[in-house]
Amino acid sequence: MKSRLLGMMRKEFIQMWRDRITMAMMLFMPMMLLGIIGWAINTDVKHMPTAVFDQSRTRESRDLLHTFANSQYFNLDYYVDSYEQVTRLIDSGRAKVGIIFPPDYARLLKQQRATQVQVIVDASDPLVATSAVNAANAIGQVGSLQIASGTLQRSAGRVPPIAPLDVRVRAWYNPDQVSAIYIIPGLLGAILMQTTITIIAMVVVRERERGTLEALIVSPLRRWELMIGKIVPNVLMAYAQMTFALAFGVWLFDIPVRGSLPLLYFLSLFFIMGTLGLGILLSTLAKTQQQAMQMSYFIFIPSIYLSGVLFPIEGMPPLARAVAYIIPLTYYLQILRGIILKGIGISYLWTQLLVLTAIGIVLISASILRFRKKLG
Amino acid sequence: MAEIDRDTYAVVTKGLTKRFGKIVAVDHVDLTIRRGEVYGFLGPNGAGKSTTIRMLCGLLDPTEGRGYVLGHDITTEPERIKEKIGYMSQRFSLYEDLTVRENLDFYASIYSVPKEIKQTRIEQMIQMADLSGREGELAAHLSGGWKQRLALGCSIIHKPQLLFLDEPTAGVDPVSRRNFWDLIYRLSEEGITIVATTHYMDEAEHCDSLGFIYQGRITAQGSREEIKANALKGGVLEIDCQPMREATQLLEQLPGVAEVVRFGNTVHLVIEAGGPTPTEVEARLTSEGLKVNRAEVTTPSIEDIFVSFVGLADRRSLRAQLRRMREGGV
Repeated sequence: MKSRLLGMMRKEFIQMWRDRITMAMMLFMPMMLLGIIGWAINTDVKHMPTAVFDQSRTRESRDLLHTFANSQYFNLDYYVDSYEQVTRLIDSGRAKVGIIFPPDYARLLKQQRATQVQVIVDASDPLVATSAVNAANAIGQVGSLQIASGTLQRSAGRVPPIAPLDVRVRAWYNPDQVSAIYIIPGLLGAILMQTTITIIAMVVVRERERGTLEALIVSPLRRWELMIGKIVPNVLMAYAQMTFALAFGVWLFDIPVRGSLPLLYFLSLFFIMGTLGLGILLSTLAKTQQQAMQMSYFIFIPSIYLSGVLFPIEGMPPLARAVAYIIPLTYYLQILRGIILKGIGISYLWTQLLVLTAIGIVLISASILRFRKKLG
Repeated sequence: MAEIDRDTYAVVTKGLTKRFGKIVAVDHVDLTIRRGEVYGFLGPNGAGKSTTIRMLCGLLDPTEGRGYVLGHDITTEPERIKEKIGYMSQRFSLYEDLTVRENLDFYASIYSVPKEIKQTRIEQMIQMADLSGREGELAAHLSGGWKQRLALGCSIIHKPQLLFLDEPTAGVDPVSRRNFWDLIYRLSEEGITIVATTHYMDEAEHCDSLGFIYQGRITAQGSREEIKANALKGGVLEIDCQPMREATQLLEQLPGVAEVVRFGNTVHLVIEAGGPTPTEVEARLTSEGLKVNRAEVTTPSIEDIFVSFVGLADRRSLRAQLRRMREGGV
């Protein structure tokens, strides 16, 4: 029994090692994805073309416009004379942002009364909208402080009852949630899931395609030996991939690992077992390696969109949320973010551990049952 | 099963049947294969050879009937059988991304070959397959004949008592085929029972016993000599005459002639019992104005014998099928 299982595992390792392309893909795909998210995709959009309708035409309004320009988020390309012109520029796409000063801006400011500057943002591009809204909010705060401090000096220490300047913008969502640091642990989980499912499914289907499975079935090799022989090398490979991706994230993006790494590795095992079980289950359904590949995407897509990698589960409608809670990645994500970003310990992660164990047991048992040692 | 059967026979089946949906792939097959013999299982593609072998190896469950391999019931004790048999399929079942030695090593471990003798066994197999010096090459880089011998090595590395060969020579060049059969003889001399399926009728000459299967049914079975002696009581005549076309048409009308088969530049006549003699045939052709160069009794080929067991209606299509496979090498 020992010789059979060891022989099976040794064979899997040799095959993995010989298949350099798959190996390289497993190790470098996370690097590529993290690189893209970390560098190429910049959620901060700068130098947005801006139209200004300044009805105040005072030193005060020009001061605030300077602050907008200096922030580098806004290029004050158009100065116009009507509200309609602002709208037209935004509609035509030539301007992404409009800034409108009321006629009484300077007068209200001098009287230490609240005044409003309207900032219109082209919301059809959410990234532009988010950037503009955040930048304008920041300027509004900075501006109100400066102006407030300016008036303070003149009125001899009397704090105005309300912030005198109010830049009115519509907040979309909190952009801090989509920062690289937040998204990288999620991606790590998604990549780990995708590669483990795909690779084990393809490895099993390849045996079937090439006829070697037939030879294994007529041999005294037991079904569980075949399974474990396939699973163990893949678990180790998944760990290697995870380590590689994590190191890359820490090194290049300063991902803080606040919690216990041994705990993370331990809990990851339960997730990996589940995804490998799922992969073997797919291999019993797929006839060719291509089919196995396609099926894995069928799992990957809902997983990545519903598990909370990209969008928080809390904002989903009840049905989507119900689906999210049967996806293993949902729980693993909570573990990843919990340990890496929040630094929480096992006491907060029992639920996730139990659910992943349950899912893993169900998937592996189902795959062993479906994977009968027969051909037809 | 009685004790005596277990010692005499390696394989016994009774009414073994496999249906895939409505298709009957194997139809109540009764086989008796003696220990130590080389048994050839002959039939065209799709006749049910592989399906039968796969049921005997435990790859498929029979729909009906019983089977015993080395005394073990194929439905209840497949794991006992698996330890004692070797199986080599047409697809060779090698790991192409593993080297020659790694393939042998892998099969040795899944068949639990003891560690102490494993290396010696691997060396023996490399010797046998004539692969010395190529141990480190990937199986993918070997050509047909070498792959075939390596696959054989992998399937006998645990010294099985019974070796199933499913179309072992399909797609391999004639020289390699002959070498392969030499290896099989040597294994047989060591006492291993061999069961080989083939659609190459000439390979029947390598076998002690034969089973003919056609459309899922066994049409004839027995030792090669028995089958040859009992089949074709009327014999086969070889006629060399001109012009061939007219001769063929004429001969087909002749009473007592079961079949007329073009055979290169000659015509073979399969004669029914009590059918015409060579002299009678020659006289008939000459009387019609044809030029007869030669007309004599010839030894029937295995193909002639095989075809003779098939109903008259199917003979023509079976001949065509066998010719296609012979020429296509598939």
